Amino acid sequence: MTRPAPARSPQEPADTVTGGIGTSPLRPDGTLKVRGEFAYSSDLWHEDMLWGATLRSPHPHARIVRLDVSRALAQPGVHAVLTHEDVPGENLYGLKYQDTPALAEDRVRYQGEPVAILAADHPEIARQALKHIVVEYEVLEPVTDPERAAHDETLPKLHPGGNLVRYQRIVKGDPETKADVVVSGVYEIGMQDQAFLGPESGLAVPDDDGGVDLYLATQWLHVDQKQTARALGLPPEKVRLTLSGVGGAFGGREDLSMQIHSCLLALRTGRPVKMVYNREESFFGHVHRHPAKMYYEHGATREGDLVYVRARLYFDGGAYASKTPVVVGNGTTLSVGPYNVPNAKIEGWGVYSNNPTCGAMRGLGAVQPTYAYESQMDKLAAALGMDPADLRIRNAMSEGSTNVTGQLVDFPAPVAELIQRLKDMPLPPERGEDADIRDLPGGASNVTHGEGVVRGVGYGVTIKNISYAEGLDDYSTARVRLQVLGGEPVAMVHTAAAEVGQGLVTLQQQIARTELGVPRVTVHPADTSVGDAGSSSASRQTYVTGGAVRNACRAVADAVYSLAERRLGRSATGMSLAGGKIVAADGEVVASLVDLLGEEIVEETREFHHRKTYPLDPETGQGDAHVQYGFSAHRAVVDVDVELGLVKVVQLDCAQDVGKAMNPDAVIGQIQGGSAQGLGLAVMEEIQVVDGKVRNPSFTDYLIPTVLDMPPMRIAVLERPDPHAPYGVRGVGEPPTISSTPAVANAIRAATGLELPRVPIRPEHITGT
Amino acid sequence: MRVNVIVNGEPRQADNVWEGESLLYVLRERLGLAGSKNACEQGECGSCTVYLDGVPACACLVAAGQAEGREVRTVEGLADGEQLDPIQESFVECGAVQCGFCTPGLLVTAHDLVARTEKPSDAEIREALAGNLCRCTGYEKILDAVRLAAARKEHA
Ligand code: FES
Ligand code: FES
Repeated sequence: MTRPAPARSPQEPADTVTGGIGTSPLRPDGTLKVRGEFAYSSDLWHEDMLWGATLRSPHPHARIVRLDVSRALAQPGVHAVLTHEDVPGENLYGLKYQDTPALAEDRVRYQGEPVAILAADHPEIARQALKHIVVEYEVLEPVTDPERAAHDETLPKLHPGGNLVRYQRIVKGDPETKADVVVSGVYEIGMQDQAFLGPESGLAVPDDDGGVDLYLATQWLHVDQKQTARALGLPPEKVRLTLSGVGGAFGGREDLSMQIHSCLLALRTGRPVKMVYNREESFFGHVHRHPAKMYYEHGATREGDLVYVRARLYFDGGAYASKTPVVVGNGTTLSVGPYNVPNAKIEGWGVYSNNPTCGAMRGLGAVQPTYAYESQMDKLAAALGMDPADLRIRNAMSEGSTNVTGQLVDFPAPVAELIQRLKDMPLPPERGEDADIRDLPGGASNVTHGEGVVRGVGYGVTIKNISYAEGLDDYSTARVRLQVLGGEPVAMVHTAAAEVGQGLVTLQQQIARTELGVPRVTVHPADTSVGDAGSSSASRQTYVTGGAVRNACRAVADAVYSLAERRLGRSATGMSLAGGKIVAADGEVVASLVDLLGEEIVEETREFHHRKTYPLDPETGQGDAHVQYGFSAHRAVVDVDVELGLVKVVQLDCAQDVGKAMNPDAVIGQIQGGSAQGLGLAVMEEIQVVDGKVRNPSFTDYLIPTVLDMPPMRIAVLERPDPHAPYGVRGVGEPPTISSTPAVANAIRAATGLELPRVPIRPEHITGT
Repeated sequence: MRVNVIVNGEPRQADNVWEGESLLYVLRERLGLAGSKNACEQGECGSCTVYLDGVPACACLVAAGQAEGREVRTVEGLADGEQLDPIQESFVECGAVQCGFCTPGLLVTAHDLVARTEKPSDAEIREALAGNLCRCTGYEKILDAVRLAAARKEHA
């Protein structure tokens, strides 16, 4: 007997909304979501399901001397307790390198590393039973300084190959050349968390074929399937994944969390197993943004032309590799920003340490250097006596520029225009004597009436690569079906691409409506029964899955034209689909789809591959590594209470080029949400790690911006189509997160005159206490 | 223990409830009302906000026993059958929903604000929503939605 899917899943979004590309139809899942009926992964439920729980290491670095689960297993209501010995397949997984144990064997490398798992009747029984698992640790000295981890051979080796995950050097022109004006600085960035609201969760349901169905929130079904199947020792087709509602992702769901664990427990107990992390566990259960230390030196002519950039970048990857190799690749190749730089020497190190593992987060690898080089640009402007925006415009790259790895920018790059747009926006009015106290730094807590408050303005500009880089064939697959249902032509789109909240389901409908000229389009739930769509990350889904849906729709349309040609004896040349009809080249209606198709179902599956990229030369770092870039710029206006160190961002404006605004409202939504995350990094968000231990794993102590922290935004969206991309699109999701951080930081510097070489900027950095 | 609650106007009963279970757990796992969300379970994010005897409260901070005999209105109880409440409509129309995980809690908070405040100023809206975290939207479209719902109510 095959078990039924869990109650409350999959989703059935409304298919009645209309609107093609370039318009802003409402989300088909919006009504379900406002009714509270949309099933997120933590809402899944199955009769006779068990609850899983995870025992995690309290130590950042320790040897496991003894592990005894017998007492936990004897607890009433506990059905299974598993350790690494119960992993039937390979106990190592990983996105880039297979270096992460599903369950720790003889050693733990970070605080929170999973050591054992169990399943019980009630979540509280499960949590209590964890306390009966006996683990004896021999505590070891943790490796916590990434710069030392890169160079100090005497430190303990955390992995067989040592503590270096990746080193990359980029050399362009003559990096030793001299310049009239030189500025340098050392910049640090703290560990940011994705802090998606929906906790890691899912439901694993064992099947009678020895396989398992997993319903979960993720960013990439197929990569989870591959890694999970390998650990379970099963062929991938026996590990079937279905996307359930995702409560935000931002990169934090790229690595596995509960996938292998819930499946192991379900297969062992023969019962559905639900796992839901609580917030504290979520902080331990996913990877974070890489903290970094960056040494920068910029040289320029007296007129303000950049002559060289020299930089050394250290990225702390924590216990396991995750996306560290990509962070080093992106970090170095994007290290000089959207500027023309004839000479450069850049070095990047990504290292292992006993700090929490770091991996993907929105703006991957570009956030850190952007904060540093944009700080440098302001410093350089000050040294030259120039306006910071003018200095940036003067050096802005454009179409035809060659970047630091020697790659030609053969698509629009309107960087100067973005900055100019911001410059031209009006500034908010000066704060008057009668300012509402709630608008001052410190807000309603009435800490100032305006005395000691100074205002500053700052810019931040960024470049981010879209899609996966350095030679990866980063493709997507879509299946599109056209048939007559209830007397109407209906299209159905099926992909494995994850809707994580960004609006992908809406977009797939828009594309199908535009391509097939039918108003009714349904989107099949994303699962692994269709080909790989790649990850909902790197700002790539609209581009790549959008491209696949377009290709499949066009194949369906071609099949329809051939049918018309055969049945009606008309030449298919120049035919098109509109309003549910087939229209000939001369505009004459050939037939309605209803009449032509009758009972027939037309279905096509197509892939979209973006143009090829190439690995970087290991010695010189030269190479055509990237597919496309996204560009955005911010201008921040801040009020700073210099006595108390409190900051109020008064206005945050953004200009971004999106190539083609496929859904203009969704684009604005991405810019607003991304800008808030960047603001968070500038002034409040940090996982505080001391000696490898996390000090603030809760929403009480890890602060994300509230509605009181986000100021009004003016947004300018440019549409300069990329000729190489479907519909001219340019990835949208990441850039606004990246450029808002330096804009806010630079504004605080402008207000205070302080160096502030670290984000998040805390009150004590401003008051000097 | 057994807990009796009036949920969205209907008397409901949950059996075998453990000491220490929250109202949120009872709603989600025992009564099948998963609309109220579990983002922090510590009273920090507002995702689990429900009306308790007409006053918005974090269901994760209410012990199941404390809810005995009381009236709870959840996000599932905002709409009138098929007809969405104006605040729900304006959230959909304004694009205030992205992943939507914050939405149920925000809706209850905003519903309460609009019900008790005529023409709320921006500062009042911000103050009212400050206990509800949203990680996706940057709040601007949520503010739009509340403004729209308040304006519609005024003209209704
Ligand atoms: S879940 Fe109750 S406040 Fe966060
Ligand atoms: S829409 Fe995702 S948390 Fe608010």
